[in-house]
Amino acid sequence: MTLDKNVRVIPDTLPGIKNVRSFQAGATSSLAEMPRTPKRCGKIVSTVREALHRAGIRDGMTLSFHHHLRNGDLVVNMVLDIVAEMGIRDITLAPSALFPVHEALLRHVKNGVIRTIQGSVNGPVGQAASHGEFVAPVVLRSHGGRVRAIQTGDLHVDIAILAAPSADQMGNVSGVIGPSACGSLGYAFTDAQYADTVIAITDNLLPYPVTPFSLLQTEVDWVVPVEKIGVPEKIVSGTLKITQDPMRLLIAEQVARVVEESGLLIDGFSMQAGAGGISLAASACIRESMKKRGVRGSFISGGITGQSVDMLKEGLFRTLLDVQSFDLEAVASLACNPNHVEMSASFYANTAAKGCVVDMLDVAVLGATQVDTDFNVNVNTESDGVLLHGIGGHMDTAAGAKITVIVTPLFRGRMPMVVDQVITRTTPGNTVDVVVTERGIAVNPGRKDLLDNLRGKGLPLMDIHDLKKMAENMTGVPSMPPFGERIIGIVEYRDGSIIDVIRQRV
Amino acid sequence: MTNKVGQAGTLESCDALVIATIPSEGEGIEIQLDSPSLVSFEKEMRDAITGVLQELNVMCGVLKVQDRGALDCTLRARVETAVRRALAALPEGSERP
Repeated sequence: MTLDKNVRVIPDTLPGIKNVRSFQAGATSSLAEMPRTPKRCGKIVSTVREALHRAGIRDGMTLSFHHHLRNGDLVVNMVLDIVAEMGIRDITLAPSALFPVHEALLRHVKNGVIRTIQGSVNGPVGQAASHGEFVAPVVLRSHGGRVRAIQTGDLHVDIAILAAPSADQMGNVSGVIGPSACGSLGYAFTDAQYADTVIAITDNLLPYPVTPFSLLQTEVDWVVPVEKIGVPEKIVSGTLKITQDPMRLLIAEQVARVVEESGLLIDGFSMQAGAGGISLAASACIRESMKKRGVRGSFISGGITGQSVDMLKEGLFRTLLDVQSFDLEAVASLACNPNHVEMSASFYANTAAKGCVVDMLDVAVLGATQVDTDFNVNVNTESDGVLLHGIGGHMDTAAGAKITVIVTPLFRGRMPMVVDQVITRTTPGNTVDVVVTERGIAVNPGRKDLLDNLRGKGLPLMDIHDLKKMAENMTGVPSMPPFGERIIGIVEYRDGSIIDVIRQRV
Repeated sequence: MTNKVGQAGTLESCDALVIATIPSEGEGIEIQLDSPSLVSFEKEMRDAITGVLQELNVMCGVLKVQDRGALDCTLRARVETAVRRALAALPEGSERP
């Protein structure tokens, strides 16, 4: 027995150390106690099936997905087909959002592979829920609420699937490079952090380390190279065009006027507006107002468009906080502009975090499928009562922003958008401040300060009840759609309380 | 028996395409109504259509209404025009002199 000349005398107890263990070169015993083997180089597995197998997939598990590949996503359907082939049943699907392309998963609902959805639904999947096709009601959460639920354990994710536009063999993931580049991966951070097992699926495996990385090797268990994760032209759009529709432009101009007179359009101004037709046009109008007044804003948050990028370049805003990049300009900017920053959904909107971006927002411009005379907003169900949309960041930004502006035509087709009572309450009226339509603007009577700022400025201010009457005079009073007793959807507020339930359409 | 046909409107949003087929003799009105607003406004729409038919003294015929979210005023105008065109039209299959 040779004596190692490097043997050190280590006492059995040491102050400040709980259990003293002597170092042994090459020993792995201490590592084996770790929940995850830290030094794991061989994360690449050749098939999704094998990765799921190694993750210990079994009946009843919860699988999460993020939606940055939008309608170009091939990963959700790919994985669910394999889950079905493996004979797994009763899966809870936890996507941050779904798109029409995911209609294909309905066959797995019919054959029992998918039990329910927690997170978000869209289009055909929502329609199926409304007609009672899921065994258990779907649970709808906002982007912030989804993070809170995962963080607090209300929603435990067994396996997180990351659609990775680029990845290396250790599982670092980048969203800004690769054939399926989508920009920000903001909604996937929570999944990677909290899921028991994390599988990155990529069609662009690059040498270690891939940079700039956003999802980290410290959280990823397995990396699966596949041929294709997305259809590029359906992931991000080209330049989003500002609407030519005069009615929508009129609403957009009114929004800019409200913002101008709100008292908030001063240096440090911050805002969020979506990529929808009216929101995009409203941003364009606010952009002009800022130029005219020489206002230098602090940040734009949320989904980022080429227009946001232009405003950053023009110096109108200092920072873009990007949870989702909507077009090619946004992706390119995120990749190279240090003031265009990727943010996680938690950083963006999570009430359980120690501070989130929405609380710093001055103005949020948001859409609606219905608003009622108490300023409650419905974004989930259409006027016929069918569940068609997820929540997105609607209730989060409304709660946080100093002024929440709802933009909507007074009626769509012959459906009035301002009604007595919304079919589904998504965002509570106490967080909604202004409703802007092409025929009038209603301010929440709870916001006397805002009302004072807007009075006498030539804006068509109206009581919301008058706005409702004006709509119904043209359209008639709609009958309530017929609902059954069975609850098919649960709308969870961002703090985890239940704000409404959605019943089956009959 | 011969049929006379008239058409009015479009399939644009907020409009309706109405095809009125009016026979030379017969009884009863048939309204084939397709609309995204059926759930909320079916009764109002049927009332609007039959109202116009009564005003024009049309006692029999088939009204095919493909609605795309038209307001009542639009719907009534399209129905009236389609019916008037049908009444003024030559019977189906007949040759222009």
